[in-house]
Amino acid sequence: MRIELNVNGTLHEIEVEPRTTLLDCLRDLLDLKGAHAGCEHGVCGACTVLFDGEAVRSCLMFAAQAAGTPITTIEGVTPGPGELSPIQDAFCETHGTQCGYCTPAMILVAHALLADNPEPTREEIVEAISGNICRCTGYAQIVEAIALAAERMRGANRPRSLSK
Amino acid sequence: MSADRHRYVSTDRRVREDRRFVVGKGQFVADIDLPHMRHVALVTCPYPAARIKTIDKSAALAMPGVHYVLDGRELAEATLPLMTGLDTPNVPRRPLATDVARYAGEWVAAVVADTRALAEDAAEKVRITYEKLPFVLDAEQAIQAGAVLVHQAHGSNVLLDKTFVWGEVEKDFAASPRKLSLRVKWGRSATVPIETFGVAASWDPWREMLDVYASIQMPRYADQISIALQIPVTSVRVHHDVDVGGSYGVKRGIKHTVLCGYLTRRLGFPVRLIEDRLENMRGGDAHGPERLFDVDVAFDDNGIVRSMKMRALENVGAYAGRSPFQLGKPIGAIVGPYKIKSVQYRAVAVVTNKTTQEAVRGFGQGPTNLALERTMDEVANALGLDRLEIRRRNMIRREEFPYTIPSGTTYDSGDYHAVIDKVLANTSYEELKKERDRLRAGGKLAGIGIAACLEPSGGNATFEALLNPSITTSTFMDSCRINVDGMGTITASMHTTSSGQGHETLLGTVIGEVLQVDPDSIRVTRPDSLNSLPSGTPVGSRMAIMLGGAAFHAAHKLKAKLTAIGAHDLGILLERAVYKDGTVSERDAPQNKRAWGDLVQIAFRNYHRMPDGLEPGLAVSHVMQVPTGGTLPTADGRVQMYPCFSFEFHLVLLAIDPDLGTPEIMRYRVGHDCGTVINPKIVRGMTMGGIAHGIGAALYEEFAYDGEGQLMAQSFMDYLLPSSLEVPAVEIIQHVTHSPNTVLGQKGSGESGYLGAPAAVANAVNDALKPLGVSINTLPLKLSKLGDLIAEARDKKGN
Repeated sequence: MRIELNVNGTLHEIEVEPRTTLLDCLRDLLDLKGAHAGCEHGVCGACTVLFDGEAVRSCLMFAAQAAGTPITTIEGVTPGPGELSPIQDAFCETHGTQCGYCTPAMILVAHALLADNPEPTREEIVEAISGNICRCTGYAQIVEAIALAAERMRGANRPRSLSK
Repeated sequence: MSADRHRYVSTDRRVREDRRFVVGKGQFVADIDLPHMRHVALVTCPYPAARIKTIDKSAALAMPGVHYVLDGRELAEATLPLMTGLDTPNVPRRPLATDVARYAGEWVAAVVADTRALAEDAAEKVRITYEKLPFVLDAEQAIQAGAVLVHQAHGSNVLLDKTFVWGEVEKDFAASPRKLSLRVKWGRSATVPIETFGVAASWDPWREMLDVYASIQMPRYADQISIALQIPVTSVRVHHDVDVGGSYGVKRGIKHTVLCGYLTRRLGFPVRLIEDRLENMRGGDAHGPERLFDVDVAFDDNGIVRSMKMRALENVGAYAGRSPFQLGKPIGAIVGPYKIKSVQYRAVAVVTNKTTQEAVRGFGQGPTNLALERTMDEVANALGLDRLEIRRRNMIRREEFPYTIPSGTTYDSGDYHAVIDKVLANTSYEELKKERDRLRAGGKLAGIGIAACLEPSGGNATFEALLNPSITTSTFMDSCRINVDGMGTITASMHTTSSGQGHETLLGTVIGEVLQVDPDSIRVTRPDSLNSLPSGTPVGSRMAIMLGGAAFHAAHKLKAKLTAIGAHDLGILLERAVYKDGTVSERDAPQNKRAWGDLVQIAFRNYHRMPDGLEPGLAVSHVMQVPTGGTLPTADGRVQMYPCFSFEFHLVLLAIDPDLGTPEIMRYRVGHDCGTVINPKIVRGMTMGGIAHGIGAALYEEFAYDGEGQLMAQSFMDYLLPSSLEVPAVEIIQHVTHSPNTVLGQKGSGESGYLGAPAAVANAVNDALKPLGVSINTLPLKLSKLGDLIAEARDKKGN
C-alpha cells in the first residue's frame, strides 16, 4: 500500500506492505538507521521515536498507522553535520552511553521529557527512561546526562545578569 | 613512569566513541546493507530432544522470493564441526542439527529469502517430522548412572570431571576445630545485550574472499571460520569497524557465521542473519553459567578459614563450546581476597538438553564469588561473629603482596582493608546497622549485604591448558601499530571489534600521554583481520592492560625513534637528547632543537639526514605478551593466571516487603580499586553497569525451563532485565593501588561490578531473612520465591 509519512519534517511517499512496522519502514525504506531493533515486542525501547512529540515504540506500530502524524527520529533532533543538540552533548559530557545501541532512544525520550518538563527531578528522569533498557551503563550516567541537559537548556536563554 | 603525574591519563576526558552513538550513527551490523544481500531466518526444533525424520522444503521453496532452504546434513557434509575447548570429538557442535536436535529451539534449517519477513514466512512452511526422544535437563540427574544420554556416542553426559588439590587439604580439615557445608546455586542467566547477534557475509569467488561483518567479540574468530569452512584464513576478511551493541562476553556467533559463510558461498550473493529476540534467547547459544556449588570449609574459633573444598557442577547445555572453561578461570582467584591455605576444587561440566552456553562477563568468576562470599557469611553466622570482621581477619594484607594463592597464581597488589575503611568513612557500619534495625522495627525484613570480590584482569587464559593438557597455549597477545604520516599526523590501529568499552579513547589517551600530544589529534583505526596484528580481543578484562600496554610500548618505540633522529640531526649523543611535547632538544642547550615538523621532514623526505640503520618513515608496532604469562601448568595443577587483580567491596542495605516478598535496595555503596584509572568516565560506567547487571542476576534474570524442556523466558516480558527503576543510585568510592605488572599501574575494570553484586545482594537477602530463621542460596532470588519462603517461615512461626 502507498502511504505518506512525515518524518523529521519531510514528507515521504512510500510503498509498504500493510504489515511493515514503522521501525522496519524507517530503517529499510527511509535509511534512518538510528532507531534500533532490540526485542521487537515493545519492552526494551531501543526502537523509540517521537510520534507527534510523544516517545513511542516503532516496533509496535505499523508504518501505515503513522501516516499523517509527524515522526521525529534521532536524525531529526541532530542539529546538523558534526553538531550535537544540548541533550546529545550532555550524553557525551557524562558518558551516558557505552555500546550506543540504546542511546538514540534514550535521547529521544529525554527530548520528550524535557519538552514537557524543563526541570525534572531525579525521580522523574528515572521514571521517564524506565521503559528503555540499557544493559551497559546501569543508568546513572544517563540520568546525569538528562539532568545536565535540563540545567543547560534552562540556562540557555537566561539573561547574563541572572547567570551565575 | 610515575602513575600519578599524568597529562591525559586519569583526567576526566570525553569518550570519543560517544559522538557517533548519540546521533545514531554507530555502524551496527544491522545497519550494513550489502548490494544484492538476502536474508536468513531459522527453523527450530520444538522439542528438547528429537530425531529429525524428514524435512519437506517444497512449500517454502515454492514461495516467490525464497531462494534456498538449507538443512543440517548438507551443511555437515560441507563443513567441519565448530571448534571446542575440550577434546570431545563425540560431542560435535554444528550450526544446524543433523540427525538429532538436542534442545528446544535448536536450529534445524535455514531459509534464505529476499527479505527477513519473507524468510520468516517461508520458515513456517518448512515441514519437519520428528521422533521425540527422552531428555534430561538437570545437571545432577545428568551425572547419574543410567541417565538419558544427550550425546549417545560420547557414552556419558560428563564433559569434564577434574579434581585439583592445592596444599594439605585433608590435614588442614582434620586440624580445624570447626567445619561447615553449604550448597549454593547460580541460576542460568546471561548478559543478553540489547542488540542480538548478527552477521553479514559475502563471498567473492573471483578474489576468493569471504567478507564478514559481525556483532562479534571472540578470540580467533577468523581462524574458526576458516577451519569450519575449510578455506584459508587469508580468504576470510573480518571487518573490525562494526560497532557491537553490547556483548559482555556472549557475542560469539561462530555458528551463525559458519552458516552464513556457507550460504553465501553456495548461493553466490551476500546473506545476512540478524537474530530476532526469540532466536537469540532460545537458539543463539548465548546462555551463561548454571552452576551448583557444594562447599566445605574448615575454620577456627576466630573465624580464620584454613581450608576449602569446592565442587562446581556446571550445566553447559547441549553442546560444548568454550563454556566448560568457565570452570577454569576461577582457579586463578579461587580463594578470592582471602588467605585460605589449601583448596580442593572439583570441576564438573555436564551436557543436558538445554541451550548451549557461551562466555559471560567474568567467565565463571561471578558464580564462584557468590559461593565464596555466601560461605564467608555462614562462617561468621556459625561463630556469631560479625560478617565484616570475619572478612577483615581473613583478607590478605597490603604488606603481604605479591601474594601467591594455593593454586599457583600470584596476586600483584591490593589494599583491601584500606578500601573497606574508605567505604565506611562516610557512613559507619554501625550507623548502617542502625538503619537496618529501624527498617526492621518498621515491619520490613531488612538486611545488610557484604561482598568482596577480585577481578582477575589481563587475560592470561592458561586455564585452557589446565583443563585440557593437549592445549599448550601460553601466549596471549595484543598489538598496536602507530604510523606518523608525511604530514606529521598520527594514526594508531587496534585489531579487534569493541562493544562499548571505549578502546579508541584508550588508545588515544595512552599514546597521547607517552608522546605528549593531544589525544584528540590521534586518529584511531580498526583494520580488517587481514591487515591486523595479533589481538586476543576484549575478553578477560584485558584491554586496558593489553591494548593499553601495546599502545604504550609502541608509542615509546616511536618516541625513541624520533629522539634518535633528532639527536643525530643535532649532532649530539643520544643520551644528551631530550624528547618533550614532540620536540627533541639538547639537554643542556634547549635552544638546540628539532620540532615535530623537522623530525617528520627528516624521516619522510631527508634520508641524507637519517641516522644509519634506521628505516625511513615513522611506523612502529608492538605485539605484547600478557605480563607474568608464558608458563604452562605444573604437574600438580598450579599455574600463574592473569597479571593483575582488581578489588571491589560491596555494601548493600536491602529491605523486603514481608507480605509481597518485593526486595528493594535502599543503599548501595561500593569501593573499587582497579589501579590507575585511565578514563574515569569509562571506569565509572563499567562499574555501574556491572552492578546493574549483577543485581539482575541476583534478583530477576533467569532462563528458566519447564518440566517439558521448554525455555519459559522467551521474551523480555519473561526474562527481566533491570530497568532504571530497579537499579538504585550507587555510590562508588575509588581507591588506587597500582599494579606493578602493567605499564601505567592499571588493572581491569569491566567485570567487577558484576562479579560482586550478586553475592552482596544474596547476602543482604539472607541477612534480611535471618530473623525468620530461613536462608536461601539459589539465584535468582525472585520475588515469587522470596514471597513463598517468607510466607512459609511465618506460618511455621505462627505469625
